[in-house]
Amino acid sequence: MNDRVMKSYRFREEREADWQALDRIVTRAEKRGVKRLSDEDMLALPRLYRQAVSSLSMARSISLDQNLLAYLETLCARAYFFVYGTRASMGARIAQYFRRDWPDAVSRAILPTLLAALCLFGGGLLAFILTMQDPEWFWTFHSGWDSRNPDAGYDYLRSTLYTEETNIADMLGAFAAQLFSHNSTIAITAFALGFCLGIPTTILLIYNGLSIGSFMAVFFSKGLGAELTGWLFIHGVTELFAIILAGAAGFMIGGAVAFPGKKTRIQSLRDTGNQAALVIMGAVIMLFMAALLEGFGRQLINSDMTRYIIALVTLVFWLAYFYWPRRKDEGA
Amino acid sequence: MMARRKSQKGSDETEARREALRRRDMRVKEQERQARRIRPLVTPEGAALNLRVATASERAGAFLLDFSILVITVIAFSWLIAIAFSEMGFRGWQIAGSIAAVVVFLLRVFYFTFFEIGRKAATPGKRALGLRVAARNGGRLTANAVLARNFMRELEVFLPLTLLVMGSEDAIGAWIRLIALVWAGTFVLFPLFNSEKLRVGDLIAGTMVIHAPRVKLKKDITSAEPLATASQHNFTQAELDIYGIHELHVLEDVLRQSTPEIKAKVADRIRNKIGREAPQTPDDLAFLEAYYAALRARLEQRMLFGDRKTDKFDTR
Repeated sequence: MNDRVMKSYRFREEREADWQALDRIVTRAEKRGVKRLSDEDMLALPRLYRQAVSSLSMARSISLDQNLLAYLETLCARAYFFVYGTRASMGARIAQYFRRDWPDAVSRAILPTLLAALCLFGGGLLAFILTMQDPEWFWTFHSGWDSRNPDAGYDYLRSTLYTEETNIADMLGAFAAQLFSHNSTIAITAFALGFCLGIPTTILLIYNGLSIGSFMAVFFSKGLGAELTGWLFIHGVTELFAIILAGAAGFMIGGAVAFPGKKTRIQSLRDTGNQAALVIMGAVIMLFMAALLEGFGRQLINSDMTRYIIALVTLVFWLAYFYWPRRKDEGA
Repeated sequence: MMARRKSQKGSDETEARREALRRRDMRVKEQERQARRIRPLVTPEGAALNLRVATASERAGAFLLDFSILVITVIAFSWLIAIAFSEMGFRGWQIAGSIAAVVVFLLRVFYFTFFEIGRKAATPGKRALGLRVAARNGGRLTANAVLARNFMRELEVFLPLTLLVMGSEDAIGAWIRLIALVWAGTFVLFPLFNSEKLRVGDLIAGTMVIHAPRVKLKKDITSAEPLATASQHNFTQAELDIYGIHELHVLEDVLRQSTPEIKAKVADRIRNKIGREAPQTPDDLAFLEAYYAALRARLEQRMLFGDRKTDKFDTR
């Protein structure tokens, strides 16, 4: 019996060069990017790809060579992901994110945002009123380690709001600490737990509001309200906004699970998840900025007036950036 | 005496056959299990690609690799930064600590996202195990999907870690933490309880992780220059109909990657089975290659007529 007459062997002999050409192109593209492909490669790619795909279905029915089949399977999968994969460069994608995707996603999530704001500020207001009436409430919301509590005196509390001497190490330290602070953990957790019908998100937001509200009440009851507001909101506008948006992303996902409408739950989760990811990504960026403001801005700027101005400017900036109606340009 | 020995031999044979059948059953079951991992994806050209869902252990392995890379990077960075600032005394250490914390933050948020948005749609750990991320509906893997699946990692990995490390500050905090820990535990184990081994992040992002390692195209065994002696082997149809596709594949593996001793053993087994005498001069390799080529030609021919002989037990 002559080996050479085997159909599967002839099949392979005729096409092998093309498979290897495709393999080479895909490997180069995976390693160095589409831009490094020559014009000939780009022209040859569709033909080679289609040929490999048809070779695969043919090989399945005529060849019993395991190695050949495995090779074609992976080659076709790799080529498929490349041919139908995304093409936009990282830079273009980032630019598009800031120009369109982020504000779009946030402004479309207006209802969850309002709900999250309600939870946060509602909790804050409640704790504020309670603690103003009876300072003992403070201990319900805080543990003992913070020295800024109702037992502290006016002078001490005032001294925590302003920085006498500043140096780069302290500022960096404050910046880094902020990144890992309670608040950023809460923001990300509020998103991640939104999955559970948004219930943990609600709890977290209210809890965070309670702790801020009671904290503010301590300063207000000592007559330091205005000073504290400046100290808190120079970065707090950005930070609280980020927490609210993270909570909103959590609610979006929770809503998608609870009320999928006509879609299946999985489908609804997937569609909303992609939108919510844009919002939470933005929230992380905002938290980063808030950390910069807290670490450097608050330590360098000790005038109440300037702090208020910065707080106001950031508020106006975020509101305009997210909600200012803009022309819908080319969809893609 | 004679009769007893004969019956002894007979029971040995039935024993061996029973054992072989048992092994075959196990193999078939394993094949079914593997087949359940396959998610066919029909390309716009109308061809079906068989994507294999990565197993939970592969994914855990990839994650451990990535996590180790993260930890090593953090340690290396902190060490470099510490050296750079150590001349400044205490203040220098403070700065070094802060910068290291920023590095940790950036890595934690962007490591996975950066690599998965990239061209290979896989982190170094995934790449090492031949995994990649793909959209579940076969469409494009968008950057949004990668972001979504990786922010959920916060919930599935870092949150439980934090919860384990942190103590509780007060009663409310402790309760929230307890609830969160229970939830988090559910999510950590989530991939074990669905057929596509999806994390919660995959669920939300509409992605899955597939196992698609690079395979090198090796030389066709039948194409190797026929050895001088190979042509002496001519097999009859009866000799070729003994084995099926499974045995052919095992023989392929033997020929591609085993030692001469194993090849000799396998050659002996086959000679025994088809009832051929071992030649004076050993020519195991030539014999095996010739038998492989002949068997494959025979089985492929039968396959073309719609008759797949799956293994040696498959007699119709």
